[in-house]
Amino acid sequence: MSTEKKEVIFKIQNLQTWFPITKGFRKRIVGYVKAVDDVSLDIYRGETLGIVGESGCGKSTFGKNMMMLERPTGGQVLFNDGEGGRDITQFNREEMFAFRKKVQMVFQDPYSALNPQKKIYEAFEEPLKTHGIMSREEREKIMQRVLAMVNIQPDYLMRYPHEFSGGQRQRLCIARALEVMPEVLICDEPVSALDVSIQAQVLNLMKEIQKELKLTYLFIAHDLSVVQYMSDRIMVMYLGKIVEVADSRTLYEKPLHPYTRALLSAIPIPDIHGVRKRQILEGEVPSPIHKPAGCAFHNRCPHCMDVCKTTDPKLQHYGEEEQQVACHLYQNGGKGEQ
Amino acid sequence: MDNREIILKVEKLNTTFISDRKEIKIVKDVSFQMRRGTTLAVVGESGCGKSVTMNSILRFMGKNAIVNAQNIQYNALCDGKVTEYHLEKIKEANGSQMRALRGPEISMVFQDPMSSLNPVYKVGDQVAEGLLWHNKGMKKAEARQRVLEMFQKLGIPDPKERIDCYPHQFSGGMKQRVVIAIAMICNPKLIICDEPTTALDVTIQAQIMELLKELQVKEGKSIILITHNMGLVAEMADEVCVMYMGRIVEFGSLEDLFDRTSHPYTKALLRSVPVLGLGEGRKLETIPGVTPNPADLGEGCEFADRCQECMERCHKGRIPMFEIAPGHRVRCLKFDSYPEVD
Repeated sequence: MSTEKKEVIFKIQNLQTWFPITKGFRKRIVGYVKAVDDVSLDIYRGETLGIVGESGCGKSTFGKNMMMLERPTGGQVLFNDGEGGRDITQFNREEMFAFRKKVQMVFQDPYSALNPQKKIYEAFEEPLKTHGIMSREEREKIMQRVLAMVNIQPDYLMRYPHEFSGGQRQRLCIARALEVMPEVLICDEPVSALDVSIQAQVLNLMKEIQKELKLTYLFIAHDLSVVQYMSDRIMVMYLGKIVEVADSRTLYEKPLHPYTRALLSAIPIPDIHGVRKRQILEGEVPSPIHKPAGCAFHNRCPHCMDVCKTTDPKLQHYGEEEQQVACHLYQNGGKGEQ
Repeated sequence: MDNREIILKVEKLNTTFISDRKEIKIVKDVSFQMRRGTTLAVVGESGCGKSVTMNSILRFMGKNAIVNAQNIQYNALCDGKVTEYHLEKIKEANGSQMRALRGPEISMVFQDPMSSLNPVYKVGDQVAEGLLWHNKGMKKAEARQRVLEMFQKLGIPDPKERIDCYPHQFSGGMKQRVVIAIAMICNPKLIICDEPTTALDVTIQAQIMELLKELQVKEGKSIILITHNMGLVAEMADEVCVMYMGRIVEFGSLEDLFDRTSHPYTKALLRSVPVLGLGEGRKLETIPGVTPNPADLGEGCEFADRCQECMERCHKGRIPMFEIAPGHRVRCLKFDSYPEVD
């Protein structure tokens, strides 16, 4: 990853998605849920960008923004399709149609992502028909190929979703997303509904497919250990903002932001000999409607200073190359170490 | 060990479900005993029967389930005197005898805090309900005071205001604290926690686990923790019981399980969990195949089809439990040179 020259595939600038809260008969807008708030980031071709955060931090909304399943209320997302970046928020119908062929999504719950009344064959046929592959032989050839990729026998096509186990269903969902030969796969919690033994199968499969097809992954999950296993780079979100972006190894070895540190130390590790200093966060994630002023994390932060209560920290480079952190401890080349 | 030390002893527990006139065995010959004041973790994947085992012990099973056990013995310790209760002999599952035990002696924290609270009652009243039921003649004001104290102990902020709130006004972590308050209010000696943090975020999970640990250290509670998270097991448990398809496949102390892992399933389970800081390029090991359907399991070891060390005789007959070290039991024919224990 690091040796070759990096090509930006998504350039995200000041992306924001605010959901209005309306009240009363006239639907007066009384506030906003700031699900994604001023996020700027580059995503490189061929990498796996992991996105972690607790529930309600906006990670799924961010993923949907990347496919325009949820229209952002501000900012730009420039998609580089080889001929320079074009803003996907300004796409018209045809452009969007072509764009969605390149970017596909795998959803969290494989039990509800497949229509129970349709055979797998029909579910697999639909995206191909939509994207204009009209000959039946060609369609079937593609179906066979993607099924072979996820290790499911081709004669299973005539079955219904209920005949498959959870892991098989998730593999089917991945196969369906791969049919149109996408460049980017957005995976929203793809393994959180699966058992541990099955989870490992799906994760390894996804890694193999990525190598084979040179895909770019956006891997959204709340489980930091899963994300760390899958990703080249990790972005940590808290209440709609990026708090830290780093190489997955750097993030694990030298986490900077107090929230990242707390998140890492909260994960129970299946090892009985490691002596660890646990750092347990007080309180809970505040509601995104009433975000605290200043740094959103200040009321739970063990290193809170006066400036944190008033000013929102900007995401800045610090320490390792490619490591960015939004925290006053590290602003203006600050000392940071404690 | 005498009854003073053992709080719960289960021998040959079997639970069978009737579905479409077919009998499906969900829990098979489960036997274990648990020492007072310790934490026993029950680990396994979904559908392995860990919740059904606990529900069978507490007689929570519905009419379509047949629970059979040689012995389910609960030893209550009161002022140095031991009273034995044989739960399997109690006739009515919801009669007064069983109800007298649930609450003051054994209680349960369920998995999903969102659905274990009634949305139309104030949380304070829901916590006080058990207290008032078990202490006839207790004044409501006194019960309220006890609930307030419990809220304070469990770290619910502003208990005076929160006691009159409804469940929807609480966040997930706070709801789970209320559910724990319901389980704790009658001062039980044994708390069964069925996946208490699966629905919660990691930072909240850490808070809840810390709380449970504190309760155990300060008040000497015995805890049974049902989970599928090996990390939680490593942090909480004294003894671990690994289940697969309704059977205990390995039972031992925490050190036995992690340092001297013996059963192929336990080994595979430990290796298939992604661990933070796993070296780059190292591949996660997988368990081949899928968990079988309990309705069409054949003879022999349930894990045989997915096991990498499977031998021919694994497919035949009943696989006994072998004691490979004091207290460390494994259900695998690889260890048949050791004494059989059941």
